[in-house]
Amino acid sequence: MCLGIPGKVIDTYREHDVLMGRVDFGGVVKRVCLEHVPEVRAGEYVLVHVGFALSRIDEVEAARVFALLIELNQLGELEGAPP
Amino acid sequence: MRFLDEYRDGPAARKLAAAVARAATRPWTIMEVCGGQTHTIVKYGIDRLLPPEIELVHGPGCPVCVTALETIDRAHAIASRPDVTFCSFGDMLRVPGSRGDLLQLKSRGADVRVVYSPLDAVNLAAAHPDRKVVFFAIGFETTAPPNAMAVWMARKRNLRNFSALVSHVLVPPMMTALLEAPDNRVQGFLGAGHVCAVMGTSEYEPIARRHRVPIVVTGFEPLDLLEGVLRTVRQLEAGEGAVENQYARAVRPEGNPASRRLIEDVFEVCDRKWRGVGPIPASGLRLRDEYRAHDAERLFAVADIETSEPAVCISGQVLKGLKKPHDCPAFGKECTPQTPLGATMVSSEGACAAYHAYGRHHEPRTARELPLLPLAGAPA
Ligand code: SF4
Repeated sequence: MCLGIPGKVIDTYREHDVLMGRVDFGGVVKRVCLEHVPEVRAGEYVLVHVGFALSRIDEVEAARVFALLIELNQLGELEGAPP
Repeated sequence: MRFLDEYRDGPAARKLAAAVARAATRPWTIMEVCGGQTHTIVKYGIDRLLPPEIELVHGPGCPVCVTALETIDRAHAIASRPDVTFCSFGDMLRVPGSRGDLLQLKSRGADVRVVYSPLDAVNLAAAHPDRKVVFFAIGFETTAPPNAMAVWMARKRNLRNFSALVSHVLVPPMMTALLEAPDNRVQGFLGAGHVCAVMGTSEYEPIARRHRVPIVVTGFEPLDLLEGVLRTVRQLEAGEGAVENQYARAVRPEGNPASRRLIEDVFEVCDRKWRGVGPIPASGLRLRDEYRAHDAERLFAVADIETSEPAVCISGQVLKGLKKPHDCPAFGKECTPQTPLGATMVSSEGACAAYHAYGRHHEPRTARELPLLPLAGAPA
């Protein structure tokens, strides 16, 4: 129910005085309300729930979990881990 | 697809699980709050990847599952009216009410429609001024901004034939209620990431402090969940109870201020009864007086309805993390996704439906007995 799916903004337009946009979800394009992410630009990613963008996706933060994995490797955390 | 596949990497998942195994020195019970997280955990076998010390229990974070039976029955009464076009998210159509579900009502000729977005229901009202379009506005804080936007737009466009049947629920009061219950087993929470994308993380600070319970706001992909568990276990082992944000790519500490303002403008906090769980004070949202012209509950005064739940259903205990779906005698027998007895068997995010879909008909004898569903195979 609280599913939020990342999609890439293709373009933006106004409709009934509300900011809307076309958003690409891996090839499927939908019309999405962008009113609450007004600073978003074409090419950026937003998190969309029931046709409504809840937030922009921060690309720097998105890489962080992978940095953690590298750190785990370097700490040798995995040696001696249970099978 | 970007921001999805890379978080499903199998070798990376195993690395994080191994880090959890190294961090955990004794048993811990952690609840994932959101049904979307439950779905990912069961689908990818995240719980079985974790060391046996860590038990994941599934929270009541499925709005479809916790919508009160009285509300479902009220929706039926409204949807049965010949002048009404009743719009709902798809999952709600199969939720059993006291007298069948909305899908059966539709097959008997009622004008019941599935919409992808609440804004579609507003457009439907604009296109059909002769019909009374009623939207079934359920959900957590995640769904509150789009639902509020629909009501706000209907008022702005002066669509008098649009109304919402509102039964919103709020996460923090539910977490508090669970922690304060005498039979509580939860020691740490994976917070619901998309709720926090809207509301931010500040509401969780007093809960974490007062109950000394770690709350790690967590995303929905396998690597998100494993990192959320790792961070929770590290806190538990260190005796800490703090709020952390694992899902910073979508969650800012302040949430989405524009969304919070709109929610505040359209809704007000009210007491709410949760199906299976019972009443929780100040745990719901309803429309403010200024929006009463669009409030279906006021427009279609439906007399109080007598409701009845099947006695065999233990979904209340499942929703509170006290029982697992396969503990229910009806699970997979009388109760299946085709013939659901309780709401937790309907939505794919309900624990019973997730267990059924992924063949969890009993506990494995050892945690590692059953193979995992494949994660993406790319090397880490
Ligand atoms: S299996 Fe069906 S009857 Fe049993 S708790 Fe789940 S929803 Fe209720």
